[in-house]
Amino acid sequence: MAISSSRSTRAPSNSPWRVFWYSIIDMPWTWRIMLGYLFVMLVLPIAAMLSKASTIGVADFWRIATSPLALSTYDVTFTTSLIAALVDGVFGFLVAWVLVRYDFPFKRLIDASIDLPFALPTAVAGLTLATVYSESGWVGSLLAPLGIKIAFTRLGVGVAMMFISLPFVVRTVQPVLMQMERETEEAAWSLGASPWETFWHVLLPPLTPAILTGVALGFSRAVGEFGSTVIISSNTPFKDLIAPILIFQRLEQYDYAGATVIAVVLVFISLLMLLVINFIQAWGRRYEG
Amino acid sequence: MKANPVAVNGAIPNGTTARSPAKPKKWVPILLIAIALTFLALVLYIPAINVFYQAFHKGFGPLLHNLSNPTFLHAVRMTVLLAAIAVPINTIFGLCTAWALANKQFRGRTLLLSLIDLPFAISPVVAGLMLVLLYGRQGWFGGWLLDHGIRVVFAFPAMLLATAFVSMPFVAREVIPVLEEEGTDQEEAAHTLGANHWQTFWRVTVPNIRWGLLYGILLTNARAMGEFGAVSVVSGNVAGKTQSLPLYVEEAYKGYETEAAYSAAVLLALLAIVTLIVKEILERKTGGSMRKGH
Repeated sequence: MAISSSRSTRAPSNSPWRVFWYSIIDMPWTWRIMLGYLFVMLVLPIAAMLSKASTIGVADFWRIATSPLALSTYDVTFTTSLIAALVDGVFGFLVAWVLVRYDFPFKRLIDASIDLPFALPTAVAGLTLATVYSESGWVGSLLAPLGIKIAFTRLGVGVAMMFISLPFVVRTVQPVLMQMERETEEAAWSLGASPWETFWHVLLPPLTPAILTGVALGFSRAVGEFGSTVIISSNTPFKDLIAPILIFQRLEQYDYAGATVIAVVLVFISLLMLLVINFIQAWGRRYEG
Repeated sequence: MKANPVAVNGAIPNGTTARSPAKPKKWVPILLIAIALTFLALVLYIPAINVFYQAFHKGFGPLLHNLSNPTFLHAVRMTVLLAAIAVPINTIFGLCTAWALANKQFRGRTLLLSLIDLPFAISPVVAGLMLVLLYGRQGWFGGWLLDHGIRVVFAFPAMLLATAFVSMPFVAREVIPVLEEEGTDQEEAAHTLGANHWQTFWRVTVPNIRWGLLYGILLTNARAMGEFGAVSVVSGNVAGKTQSLPLYVEEAYKGYETEAAYSAAVLLALLAIVTLIVKEILERKTGGSMRKGH
């Protein structure tokens, strides 16, 4: 290109900085918009958080990150998210199975409705779940005589997490299930395997990576969830207070250091989860021809 | 469970029954469908129906009354305005990103793609916190902004930044796969035939990616209008000033104005249903190729 070559003649020294600047000047405008936007929207905010975290000091950071209240919020957040994601793993798989393999009325509508948690604002989800699962609600009133309280307890937080994570499992398992050839199972059956054996030894192994990916995606979504959980939780410390809400409360008290420490811990876990998901997906590819 | 005779014999009697020699009993599918639907009813359908029941069970009177409340109307305007600005910005970003990254191989591409997905992995509250640490009074730009009398945090600009942050990846994520599936042959052909960049873009690329693009915009809009966590951290949530519709829902509920909360919630639920319907139409148009999780 004529323009870039004339530039390079004006830049006789090949210092790394010059190379850097000229690579930006020669960059297509799509790249400039992309990198500029990512810088302003993502890099700067993340850098601001990390720089705030670095001013806290290791000892203080550790003290805040492992304070009893913080530890209890991790426990509530991660244990509840994990259980919710696992329950979704079982039932989400079942839903995907039923949608792929069987025919029944309103199947198309039910299939489309699985994405509802993606489309419904989380505040609305929290509001209606809190009503339905409260002691006077449609479902909560049936469980209240058994002494089971759901709304405004940890169970309620779990139900909200199940709601928002469900599509992740179904939508990850469904395409894999659709691609699976029925011949394999039919071969297993015709060779004398019982339905259970077929399920455990023939069906489940190739589906496991998809189910695990769905569970991991659902888990990481549940860990960060705020809108629905803040409404259905009573936000009582050491009971059903989750980490994102603790960050919010610290911010309300202008305790920026406290909020930042918990946030860094959460982001660290999220990044770890991304790695785990990539790992599971790479592991799952061994089933692809 | 009674053993199936065919399975026990281990032989396939003839070609016609060989297709499903050991089908589980008839009641198994019915039982599985029943369990799946019960689960879906408990988690999805009963809560969804409840939104409409609560909003309409006393007729349209209370609903109309609540819908004319000035605080509520302001929240609606706020939400529409936020989406009206954030969605086009993210669409331009998503298109540029898709254009820059699709059909290209270079070092760091995977890293860039994960960076673009990062807003999905970061908790909305943490996103809000980052904006406060950047633009807030004690933040990096806080002093400069204060000197120039510009309010970002606890005002509209931060709400807009938070909305744009959480809805950033959708367009790029939907358009990149479409572009990669199409390949570059048609565009190269257009170039060879003498079309310039703009002509190629409008006549070849846009018609190819339009459904994917529309789908991305739809998801961006749903997220932008419904975002709660990030916006609630940076807005200060002042009724009639910095309150979007989801924030109004929460405040009304916490203030024991359940009717008002549901009047607003039903609007957002309608938005969700419209989103799902359009999504379904787009999926049919593309033959279900976009059916995948986010």
